[in-house]
Amino acid sequence: MAIHEKSLIRPENLKVQDKVVVDGVDVSGHWSTFIQSRVVTDYNEALEEEIAALPGGEHIHRCWQCGSCTNSCTVNALNPDFNPRYWIYLIRTGMESELLRDKDIIWQCVSCNKCTYACPRDVEPEGVMKATAHWLELKGHTQKSKSTLFDEEFTEQVIATGKIEEGRIIRNFFARTGQPLLQDWLVEMAKRVARRLPFKQGLMMGWATLFRPRTRKWAKASAALSEYVHEQEQRNRKALRIEERA
Amino acid sequence: MKPEYQKVAYYPGCALEGTGHAYNASTKAVGKALGLELDEVKDWNCCGAMEVKNVDPKVQTYLSSRVMSIAAHEMNAKVVMAPCNGCYHNLKKAEYDLANDEASRQTVDRISKKAGHETYQAGSLETIHALDWIKDGIGEEELKRRLKGSLKGLKVANYYGCMYTRPRHIFPEKDQGPGSESTSQPHFMDDLLAAAGAENVDFPLKTACCGGAHTLSDSDTSTKLVLNILQAAEAAGADVIATECPTCHSGLEMHQVRAEKVLGTKTKVRMLYFTQLLGVALGVSPRKLGVHENVSDGLALLKERGIA
Repeated sequence: MAIHEKSLIRPENLKVQDKVVVDGVDVSGHWSTFIQSRVVTDYNEALEEEIAALPGGEHIHRCWQCGSCTNSCTVNALNPDFNPRYWIYLIRTGMESELLRDKDIIWQCVSCNKCTYACPRDVEPEGVMKATAHWLELKGHTQKSKSTLFDEEFTEQVIATGKIEEGRIIRNFFARTGQPLLQDWLVEMAKRVARRLPFKQGLMMGWATLFRPRTRKWAKASAALSEYVHEQEQRNRKALRIEERA
Repeated sequence: MKPEYQKVAYYPGCALEGTGHAYNASTKAVGKALGLELDEVKDWNCCGAMEVKNVDPKVQTYLSSRVMSIAAHEMNAKVVMAPCNGCYHNLKKAEYDLANDEASRQTVDRISKKAGHETYQAGSLETIHALDWIKDGIGEEELKRRLKGSLKGLKVANYYGCMYTRPRHIFPEKDQGPGSESTSQPHFMDDLLAAAGAENVDFPLKTACCGGAHTLSDSDTSTKLVLNILQAAEAAGADVIATECPTCHSGLEMHQVRAEKVLGTKTKVRMLYFTQLLGVALGVSPRKLGVHENVSDGLALLKERGIA
C-alpha cells in the first residue's frame, strides 16, 4: 500500500547543508537538500482492533484505500488536513504517533455521510471517524471535544425525560464549555424574530423552557437505557484495555 | 397515488415543538387544506437526532424503534410520517438495522422488554417524509386543482440536506426509476413547488451539508458551509431557499446572521419551509403558516411579489 502524502515530508525532515563540497563540487545551500530517512518502530499493532471494537469502527478492515471518502468529504474541502482515507491507512498499519498529529481535528467530522455514500467497500468511514474521535478521548490523548460535550448533554436529557428542549440544551452546553450565552449573533437572531413575533407567542416559548417537555410512561425505558449505556461504557473501556480508575 | 397516505401516524419530533414550530404549523395547515389526515403518535420520544448515536448507536436504534412500536402496535398504523429529516433518517436507519443486524435486534428487544412495551419488528411500518406524503398522497395534478394562488415569479432553490438521501442503503425505495425519489438529484420538493407555480433554479448544492451536527460545537465550520450554500443559491438566481428540515432551516438562518456578524458577509436570500410556500399557494394565511416566526423575513418578500 504505497501512499504519497505531502504531509510525510515535513520541513523538519528536510536537511540542507549551508556549506558542503563533495568531490570538489560546491553543493552548498539547496543543492544539498536531503529528505531524512524515516524509520518507524513504534507500531501499535492493536490499533485497528481497538478502533474496530468501538461503535462505528466495525468495518474498517474492508478499506482498500481508494480515497472516495476523502474525495467526497465536506470537511476536507475546508481543511485538506482532514483526510479520512489517510487516517484509516494509519490505523490499519498501526502508526499511532502519526495519527496523533491530527488528534485535534478528527472530531470535526460533520456526519454528512457523503463518504459512506461514496465508499465502494461499505467501510462506513463516518462511523470510523466517530470511533477514532472516541478512541482518542478514552485513551486520554485529547480532552472531550465540544462535540462530545454537546452529545452527552443531549443524550442525558433524552434518557432522563424522553425528549429534549432546545433552549435548555443550548444553555447547558454553553455552561459546560465555559462560553458566554449572550453571543452577539444569537442576540441579533433573537432580536430579528422578536420584532415580528406577537408578545403572547414569545411568552409561550419561554414557558416551554420552564416546564420541560417530557414523554409520559418513560421511567422504565429511562432506567433500561441508563443501565445499557453504563454496560457499554464498561465494555468499551475493557476493549481498549483501560484500567478502571480506583 | 398511495391511498394509505391519506391518514398517517404523525411523528413531529422535538425540534417541531421548539425552533421548528413554524414547520409543524405549516405541515398541519397544508395537510388540512389538502384533505390529508394526521394522527399524532402518542407519548412519542426523541429519535436521538445526530447526537445520541455518537454516545451509542444502539440507543438511537431503540429510541426510534419505540416510536415505531407505538405507531404499529398501539395505533395500528401502517405508515408513519416524519417531516424532520433527522427523525425520518433515524426511523429509516432503525428499520434497516432491525431488518439486517442481529445484535441490534437483540439489544432493542432487551430494552423494549424492560421498558414494558412490544418490541418493534422490522417491516410492520412504512416510514415516509412529509415530501412523500404530499407527493404520493395527493400528487401534483390534484395539488394544482386545489391551488387558490400561485408562487408565480418566485425563484426557488430547493435544499434537501444530508439526512434525506444519505447513506443510500437505508432508503431502499429511492433510486428505483421513474416516480421514485433520487438520492443524487432529489426532486420531490422541486416537483411540488413547480406545481404550485414556483420557478426552480438550477441549484448544485441540493444535498450539500450545512454542518448542522456541529452548529454550536464547531460554529466556524458551520458558518462557512452555510455561507457556501447561501451564496450558491444567490448565484443561481434564487430569491428563496425552500427547506424540508428544521435543523437545516434553523442552521441556514442562524449562520446567515452569524456570517454577517462574524465574517461581515451579507446574503439576502430568504429561507422558507416548503410547507409554508405550498400553504401560501393553497390560500392559507401566512400567520397560520408561521411565516412571521422565521428569522429571515420571508413575509416581506412574499408581499413584495404579490404572492401573500
